[in-house]
Amino acid sequence: MTGFLPKRAMGLLALGVSLIAGSASARDLTVVAWGGSSQAAQREVYYRPFTEQTRVPLLEDSWSGGLGILRTRVQAGNPTWDVVQVESDELQLGCDEGLYERIDWAALGGRDAFMPEAVSDCGVGAVVWSVGLTYDGSRLRDAPASWADFWNTQRFPGQRTLRRGPKYTLEIALMSDGVPQSEVYRVLRTPAGVDRAFRRLDQLRPNIVWWTAGAQPGQLLASGEVVMAAAYTSRMFAARRDDRRDFRVVWNGSVYAVDHWVVLRGSQNRDNAMRFVQFATRPENQSRFPTLAMQGVTNLRAARQVDPAVATSLPTHPDNLAVAVSLDVEFWVDNIEELTQRFNAWAAR
Amino acid sequence: MTDAARFVVFDKVRKTYPGGVHAVRDLDLEIARGEFVTFLGPSGSGKTTSLMMLAGFETPSAGDITLNGKALANVPPYRRNIGMVFQNYALFPHMTVAENIAFPLTVRRTPRAEIEAAVLGVLDLVQLSGMRDRRPAQLSGGQQQRVALARALVFNPPLVLMDEPLGALDRQLREHMQIEIKHIHARLGVTLVYVTHDQGEALTMSDRVAIFRDGRLEQVGSPLDVYERPGTSFVARFVGESNQFAGTIREVRGEACVVELDGGWTVPAMLAHAAGVGARTIVSVRPERIRLSASEGAPARVAELIYHGDHIRVRLGAESGQELFVKILSGAAPEWLRPEAILRAAWRGEDARALDPSPADAPR
Amino acid sequence: MRRTLPQLSNWLLVLPLFLFSAGIFVAPIALMLLRSVQDPELAAAFPRTAAELARWDGQDLPRPEAMSTFITELRGVRGTDRISFAANRLNADISGFRSMLLRTARMLPQADGGDAAETLRRIDARWGERSTWTAMRRASGPVTDYFLLAALDLQRDDDGAVAAVPAERAVFVGVFLRTLWVSILVTGFCLLLGYPLAYLLASLPARYANPLLVLVLIPFWTSVLVRTTAWIVLLQRDGLVNGLLRRIGLIEQPLTLIYNRTGVLIAMVHVLLPLMILPLYSVMKGIGRAPMLAAMSLGARPFEAFLRVYLPQSRAGIGAGCLLVFISALGYYVTPELIGGGGDQMISYFIAFYTNRTTNWGLAGALSLILLLATGLLYIAYARLSRATGPAR
Repeated sequence: MTGFLPKRAMGLLALGVSLIAGSASARDLTVVAWGGSSQAAQREVYYRPFTEQTRVPLLEDSWSGGLGILRTRVQAGNPTWDVVQVESDELQLGCDEGLYERIDWAALGGRDAFMPEAVSDCGVGAVVWSVGLTYDGSRLRDAPASWADFWNTQRFPGQRTLRRGPKYTLEIALMSDGVPQSEVYRVLRTPAGVDRAFRRLDQLRPNIVWWTAGAQPGQLLASGEVVMAAAYTSRMFAARRDDRRDFRVVWNGSVYAVDHWVVLRGSQNRDNAMRFVQFATRPENQSRFPTLAMQGVTNLRAARQVDPAVATSLPTHPDNLAVAVSLDVEFWVDNIEELTQRFNAWAAR
Repeated sequence: MTDAARFVVFDKVRKTYPGGVHAVRDLDLEIARGEFVTFLGPSGSGKTTSLMMLAGFETPSAGDITLNGKALANVPPYRRNIGMVFQNYALFPHMTVAENIAFPLTVRRTPRAEIEAAVLGVLDLVQLSGMRDRRPAQLSGGQQQRVALARALVFNPPLVLMDEPLGALDRQLREHMQIEIKHIHARLGVTLVYVTHDQGEALTMSDRVAIFRDGRLEQVGSPLDVYERPGTSFVARFVGESNQFAGTIREVRGEACVVELDGGWTVPAMLAHAAGVGARTIVSVRPERIRLSASEGAPARVAELIYHGDHIRVRLGAESGQELFVKILSGAAPEWLRPEAILRAAWRGEDARALDPSPADAPR
Repeated sequence: MRRTLPQLSNWLLVLPLFLFSAGIFVAPIALMLLRSVQDPELAAAFPRTAAELARWDGQDLPRPEAMSTFITELRGVRGTDRISFAANRLNADISGFRSMLLRTARMLPQADGGDAAETLRRIDARWGERSTWTAMRRASGPVTDYFLLAALDLQRDDDGAVAAVPAERAVFVGVFLRTLWVSILVTGFCLLLGYPLAYLLASLPARYANPLLVLVLIPFWTSVLVRTTAWIVLLQRDGLVNGLLRRIGLIEQPLTLIYNRTGVLIAMVHVLLPLMILPLYSVMKGIGRAPMLAAMSLGARPFEAFLRVYLPQSRAGIGAGCLLVFISALGYYVTPELIGGGGDQMISYFIAFYTNRTTNWGLAGALSLILLLATGLLYIAYARLSRATGPAR
């Protein structure tokens, strides 16, 4: 941020934003995650035990992503958030921009203690989540087995719901068209592949209800408004457990990704923030998380200690990983703008 | 032909609001064609409600109103053909003076040339010829008043209603407009019903005054009647000033009587309500009718002299503790009239009226 | 001195508010809008390359000297935030540029040697394409029309001429028009629903009007998000509205009231209705009963009296209400996002997307600038119109 726009001016811009957000003096350690059942689980297994063991008071907040929000906070100096759970693209872009503190991997037990996708200079993998084909077993006699079935409106009449946006949706469209998991991003990197994905979406268009908030697919399935959903698997298993829904997940062709803990640069609680990241990635703490959140964890020892009954419901189970696609962060960092524009132009037609 | 004396008739008209508030009780009144009748009374006395029933904005709970022999009960206000001037004029701010005045003609689909002529004529009548393209907000209060008047007259309604039209004007302008409205009434020969709470205005302008109290008609008569011969002690108090003394009738001789006041005086008066010897009464005397002298009448002490320019008000204290006011023309004050002077006050029997004994209303 | 003293104290009284709004409101907005014409990132990372590209005639490829300057500078900024910002900027123009630039920086040999153009082309063939270098020239700043053009679905081709973007990427003009159209519809429905209600409120005695006014205000005080979510519950397939309609036999199949334009309009009209009712109510309260009574006493039927006397007098309220609703509607995106379908996104959604998600603040600024200009023009048109036909005061 140098050059034409003076640094002081950018600071002023950021100051304006931060003043609205509330000013800070000596603050308690603030941890920010994505709300919902996942943050509720974090409260149970990370936040409360951390404060009990270290006597460090902890405030929590929630957000719904966006690198711009982190950038303004860091540029304002003295950000009011310390530890943030970010998605992989925010991790990579923010790391390149220098928005995060460096991770001391030695203090975390070394890089090898974690699954490869969880390791980077600026962040530590926190949870593994995935989006997969889901249906209500109490409504569908005939079980769908793949995204091709998702597109098969003869065998499965009715509406389907997909996330409104190009991410996951284009991958799913290609897989439904017969592109194998391993080839998805190679095809999607070609203009012809993108065209193919949109053409495939065209075929299903009259049967699509779009969702925007993670809670919607479950509601749409439960009310019978749709017969199948591309949904966050963790929410589906949580509904199975808590609301006695017969939601079933098809792991074949599911798309998984890792969220990361980062510490914002300039945090005045830097040391406690790092202590929290260590605490929240220790195997004995992480291993308690999946049972509550139905999401995977990144510490390899923690993954092995998970209750076997739960393990099969996680994206990190070897059988599930074997048929899944890992979200290609670099592809989406490169293409999110163009494909979002194109997706919206397509959706409005 | 309808009876010209019964142009507007209120026949046992009653207005009761939900919750049992009686705004008007059994109003009987006949207004002759061409007459200028004023409804006078304190606020809440029913005078405005009666006017609104005549205009069609309120519906009588009972009784009938007829205009020119036709019952008005099922005639909506816009078909009654009655001109009306509202308290705050209710001019249309988005129209010019000429457009305001032309409004009743345009809704009647009058041809344009006729409208033009009528507007010019009525503008001339109210002396606003140069103002036709102004907006109401650019006019003074008096000018707005004239526009409202012109608008109510332009379609030649046989009956014009005015609801306290001069209330917002200052005193000089008000007096000027009073005379002007009276002249216009005389020129056009229109029937006019005028509502006011200002008794001076009522006396100056009207052919007849109808005095309202608590929803009832207290007295109807010419200004002279209601001033000189008030029928009730309320009317005597409300129209002009009066000294009122409670007492007991001691003697009755035809229309005259003798009253022994509670303070001990025995005074002559005209008997103005149905009562015999021994009945309680209130004797009412106008301040300008009391004569002061050194020799004749009851003794009293001058408590205060109040100078009013054209006249002097004298406050007297009688021995009995009673207090009375006397009005004397400035030039006619005798030189012995000074504070603390002891003198005598008297009046002629025909200048005092023995009225109903209802006491003054509680102070409002 | 005597006369300046109170003036000075007046100034001091408003100074805190002035500073507050300047710091919190005016300055950030001005800076954000400035971003729409600034292009500092590339020149910050590669100042000498930018200068070289400015001298390039745009034909074929830049001179070999320019390429080796670029390689030197690329090596210098490796691992800094400057290369990331430059990469983001270039990626906004050509998707994939970001990873290409970062990979090229990683894979550059330590020592110079050989043909610079060949070195780059060996890492990525796209360095041998003219369009790669024209994109860099377009981004070399310091000022640019790139973002403003992009916000209007336009771009400069490799020869510098303004041309339309490919149809499948052209989205903003449509979204602007949609934003205007939805706002107009919402304003119209708010007026249709709000006018009679405001009239009722203004003509009722205070003891009935005040509780009703509170009923109008309660949703006004409720968060937009809560109200929007409530509409989801009401309008969904098995929601209350469909249930009611089916029970009274008006419909057999549930209506699709949500995730489409209908739902967006219903929810936005509800959310914005108070903004219409309140100014109408305050203006109507000032008109009172007298003009209608006067018009009727003068012979106008109620409808004509309303049309010729009441309606013109309430025009200030109509204008203020419509302006408030319309301008608020222009900026809406939470409601269309949650209740709308694929074709119901409004322009603010994209401004938020580029501001928060992809940090393409130049494009966000350009979209905001156009929205602000459109709003300003509409406001000026409204002011002109109301002055031309309004009462001369």
